[in-house]
Amino acid sequence: MTFFLQLVVTGFALGMVYALIAIGFVIILKCSKAFNIAQGHFVLIGGYVGYTFLVTFHLPVWLALLSTMVVASLLGLLVERLALRPLVGQSELAIIMMTIALATVLEGLATLIWGGEYKTYHGVLPTITLKLGQISVPPESLIGVMVSVVAVALLMLLFRYTRIGLAMRATAEDLQVVQSLGISATTVYAVSWVIAAVVGMIGGVLLGGVSGVMIPLAEIGLKAFAVVLLGGVDSVGGAIVAGIMLGVLENVAAGYLDPLLPGGGLAQVFPFAVMIIVLVFRPYGLFGMARIERI
Amino acid sequence: MAPSFHESYGQDMAIFRARWQWGMLLAFLLVLSLCPLFCSDRILTIMTMIGIAVISVHGLNILTGYCGQISMGHVGFMAVGGYVSAILTAKVGMPFLGALFCGGLAAGVAGLVFGLPSLKIKGFYLIMATIAAHFIIIWVILQLRGLTGGADGMTVPKPQIGGLVFASKASYYYLVMVIACLGTYGAINIVRTRAGRAFVAIRDNDLAAEVMGISLWSYKLQAFFIGCVYAGVAGVLLVHYYSFASVDQFPFMDSVWYLGMLIVGGMGSVAGAILGAVSLKLLDELVTVIGPVLSAAVAAQAAAALALIARGLAIMLFLIFEPRGLAHRWGMVKAYFRMWPFSHEEQE
Repeated sequence: MTFFLQLVVTGFALGMVYALIAIGFVIILKCSKAFNIAQGHFVLIGGYVGYTFLVTFHLPVWLALLSTMVVASLLGLLVERLALRPLVGQSELAIIMMTIALATVLEGLATLIWGGEYKTYHGVLPTITLKLGQISVPPESLIGVMVSVVAVALLMLLFRYTRIGLAMRATAEDLQVVQSLGISATTVYAVSWVIAAVVGMIGGVLLGGVSGVMIPLAEIGLKAFAVVLLGGVDSVGGAIVAGIMLGVLENVAAGYLDPLLPGGGLAQVFPFAVMIIVLVFRPYGLFGMARIERI
Repeated sequence: MAPSFHESYGQDMAIFRARWQWGMLLAFLLVLSLCPLFCSDRILTIMTMIGIAVISVHGLNILTGYCGQISMGHVGFMAVGGYVSAILTAKVGMPFLGALFCGGLAAGVAGLVFGLPSLKIKGFYLIMATIAAHFIIIWVILQLRGLTGGADGMTVPKPQIGGLVFASKASYYYLVMVIACLGTYGAINIVRTRAGRAFVAIRDNDLAAEVMGISLWSYKLQAFFIGCVYAGVAGVLLVHYYSFASVDQFPFMDSVWYLGMLIVGGMGSVAGAILGAVSLKLLDELVTVIGPVLSAAVAAQAAAALALIARGLAIMLFLIFEPRGLAHRWGMVKAYFRMWPFSHEEQE
């Protein structure tokens, strides 16, 4: 029983990391219908930037987080202006390939600047360790919960009570109507990229403080897409629920089935297997909107 | 050049409409076949790799460029072909040609299986399904340790047809080039058939295509089958080239580069597939030449970073400035000189 609960709790932690990546992804998708494959790389860059601010520059934690947010905003703006805006109106494949190319360039930059090495800054950030009986709660999950809850609460407020939030919701609904009403769609796109970059990079800083940063961190981004699909591509809340579900399922399945399989590594493919099943039986996910297509 | 008029269906259907084009083709084939006489082993290796990439990209082009079904699991299907042929030649002792055939066929069947979701989903969702296909295929290969050697890989004999063993670089170059030329010939003709035109109709609007009486079920799966057979053949050639099969030869990112080759070359154009494969492979070679210099001058990691940034930037720049690829640009240049000196900017 302890084994099972430990698997569940560890899976929960993993799920929160998935959810973190998935939230940024969903925000961009909702506003600009662009699938941002590079979201995992924002997390990666965030981790490295956090390392630079916290360890190299010895900034206090609040200032480091604030500086990371500034860097993230700049990165988001830059990416939207230089890479995505020229592609407005292009095919889906062009936009996806652009974000993949962007992911590669970001990975290359991370390699160039930080050497692609494993960097960790344990103890620099205040970490909370919880122990429930014999089960230890990994600090990733607490951080994931914190960032996700704060991010979702802030986003809810933004979407509901601000002008730009209203504009973003309207853009998601109908681009042409929005433009004819004089709302600048490009501003909305830029804001959505900034939000996604900030969420991703802050998540990266916090993750870096717990489990360290390394290039393969970005590959979690690929798995996070299974989360996005399961939750429904246009649902922020769905991303969180699906993130937790998938993290727990993956960990429990791997914990019990891996000893039975000679090669192991079930955790590596589990999200992808779920992805195929979801795609075949419920392409719009648990909470997503079913699309009706017309000629 | 004087404008030519077609007076018969035969002329209209011909791939080459003028005699000088046949001459150019023969000259090109002659140069290609004489390369081993005056090229170093290194250049032959590069050309062999380009040939394998061309075969693979032809498949992806039929699937993605013509039929619009975006696949990011292409390397996974190459792995299926490569491993099936490796097992058949190394464990069963089947002759190479048979193994090549079976490898292609197996990849095609795998393509059919993972192409099934394409009947319900498209765009981003299909990309995700094919990414999943890649990771599931690689996982299965790692699991079947008795057959494939798992993570350790397995040794594969050099291909042999009759008494001829393709052991030297030059002989393997001929093998790859012959298959690449046959593959190109096949690709040019597949896209001109009824199926090829159905693919284009599905790409442009699948609902409209279905209303016009094109069976989506049949043609989407046909596209997956054909595309993956090409991938399988390329995988077979790759594995036998190294005399070794390992999952490390089939990294996920290569699927992305194959799509990148299509974008650089131009989607939905056989010439584009070739141009894209050649130019991105040459870019890679350029990076491997410059990388060490840069590493020595700047920092140790500069070479690895350069490889990533160069590829990423190439794709980005093409998407922004030349979204229809090199093939389109080539067509424009030809159109310009056709009427020279009285040419005008072609209206799109």
